[in-house]
Amino acid sequence: MRKLRVVIAKPGLDGHDRGAKVIARALRDAGMEVIYTGLRQTPEQIASAALQEDADVIGLSILSGAHNHIAPRLMELLAQKGLDDVLVVIGGIIPDVDIPKLKELGVKGVFLPGTPMQEIIDFINANARAASAR
Amino acid sequence: MKTVAETAPNTFRERADSFTTISGRRIERVYLPNDVADLDYSRDIADPGDFPYTRGIHPTGYRGKLWTMRQFAGFGTPEETNERYKTLLAAGGTGLSVAFDLPTLMGRDPDHELSLGEVGKCGVNVTSLADMETLFEGIALGDITTSMTINSPAAMIFAMYLVVAEKQGASWQTLSGTIQNDILKEFIAQKEYIFPPRPSMRLITDVFGFCAQQAPKWNTISVSGYHIREAGATALQELAFTLRDGLEYVQWGIDAGLDVDDFVPRLSFFFNAHSDFFEEIAKYRAARNLWAHALRERFGAKSERSWKLRFHTQTAGVSLTAQQPYNNVVRTALQALSAVLGGTNSLHTNSLDEALALPTAEAATLALRTQQIIAHESGVANMVDPLGGSYFVEKLTKDMEDGAIAYFDQIDKMGGMVEAIERGFPQKEIAESSYRFQQAVEKKDKLIVGVNAYVQENEPPIAILYIDESASEKQLAKLERLKRTRDAGAVARTLDALRRAARTDRENLMPPILDAVRAYATVGEMCDALREVWGEYEEVPII
Repeated sequence: MRKLRVVIAKPGLDGHDRGAKVIARALRDAGMEVIYTGLRQTPEQIASAALQEDADVIGLSILSGAHNHIAPRLMELLAQKGLDDVLVVIGGIIPDVDIPKLKELGVKGVFLPGTPMQEIIDFINANARAASAR
Repeated sequence: MKTVAETAPNTFRERADSFTTISGRRIERVYLPNDVADLDYSRDIADPGDFPYTRGIHPTGYRGKLWTMRQFAGFGTPEETNERYKTLLAAGGTGLSVAFDLPTLMGRDPDHELSLGEVGKCGVNVTSLADMETLFEGIALGDITTSMTINSPAAMIFAMYLVVAEKQGASWQTLSGTIQNDILKEFIAQKEYIFPPRPSMRLITDVFGFCAQQAPKWNTISVSGYHIREAGATALQELAFTLRDGLEYVQWGIDAGLDVDDFVPRLSFFFNAHSDFFEEIAKYRAARNLWAHALRERFGAKSERSWKLRFHTQTAGVSLTAQQPYNNVVRTALQALSAVLGGTNSLHTNSLDEALALPTAEAATLALRTQQIIAHESGVANMVDPLGGSYFVEKLTKDMEDGAIAYFDQIDKMGGMVEAIERGFPQKEIAESSYRFQQAVEKKDKLIVGVNAYVQENEPPIAILYIDESASEKQLAKLERLKRTRDAGAVARTLDALRRAARTDRENLMPPILDAVRAYATVGEMCDALREVWGEYEEVPII
């Protein structure tokens, strides 16, 4: 069976990449194929990376408060590219009031500070499109 | 004959097989005279105010002057932040500390595509001199000290501050404050870089040279371990990489033709106060000792002022939890106490809500009160270095010094810190430590109250500061108006002059930057002019 392919991206201007790197490594150790895009990726670059890498999952790390701009744009681009079935999750500092808005856009998981890595791994394994369906 | 303490492991059971600090350093059950037998008091520790300053740089410590209570603040528009500064000063704050938003930190104007959703979110947006005038409206810059957390565009923001001071009638000769201006830790940890390392270093040494002549009381750099620690470094790595960064700046200043004693006294440091109480105290004590030795022996500095390491401390943002946020008040108080016992020269205490958002005014006031309680009620500020002579603290201090020197040797062998960064050495070390710590938390080898122990379900939410899009709209409108009303010819001329100066190696860039600032060129325009000449840095990410 093919491994789950995960693109971890850090959009926006923020450079605090501790969380993105730790989760990238934890997912890799959990047997997933992880592609870390590096810093300051635009939604366009992230959608292209997902297409090129044949990603099953996109994980965004956002701490700066720019999620309300980045998430709608990314979801729109994914739809345009026919990548609606890619599981999108966000980790970072997200005010409670914004979580329903992100879920409505199609972001499936929002993980706040202090979430155990195992919980994120389990969530991805349970919700990513089945590898066999590809 | 063995003492009871030495034989005890076999007779008494302990809670764990081994005890370690938050950095993974092994800690013994008890420390004994033997542990410090090699230390010579006057050579290795010395009285406060005496070389190598392990116990402090002032003979009187806080009996002379308390540390500066400097709370980092900034959000939204310059108007909103100006109001917060006036509140902080009225509440007894003794210095200002400016937090800029990401577009400002990255040298992008609010109308750039990468600024989308970021204007005014993590700090205050300052696009041009006009914003700087608003930010300090009604605050006499000659009477306060201001710290500005700005790195890649530090020279531009500092130039704006100088021009505002000039317009208020304050003399540059007596103006006092700090710019962070530390690009090495950006490459290592926080990643808010614009230009490649070498031209970035030139901007910094230009500021050193300019201030030595024009603004001699200004702290030209705050060599920062804070962000290195937040990125996941251990206490030792924070100490070693920060001090080695400091030595790199000294070397580059000397190589640029400056006399060591002319610029080094204005170098300052910035450390993290993390949760492992004694390890932090040892770190500050070791830092003073290491700097004093390096400046005297490695660089031959003659002035005592060059030997004395002065530092600011901020409690560890990364230690704050979104769960049970009131617990953060307690964490912050303990961390602040360690900074004070370590002899910090100024201090920022984080607010309880900062794992969730930028702090509310109430939370920020409580954080300041925490410092005031330590200063005026706890009694710890009434004598210098009360932990000096503790077997444990002295041994830990010595171990930190030895560990840092081993890192210095490793980095020296690579050719220096710029070379080490280009190889990804400190980046790899930090990524490794942060992953190891995360695993320890997952396995519950390290407990975090409210996160992986003593968890509480259905916590009631607390009120947080929510920054909407209005700041962005206002700043965009102001920028549009500025571009219509300023002298476009003067902007183009001064930016051209800046480009020309950047192409030469010799010309100090501060005068052309000051000219561009006076013409109301924006941060984005000035940085773009330099991007054209120097290009932009892109890192190879290391997981």
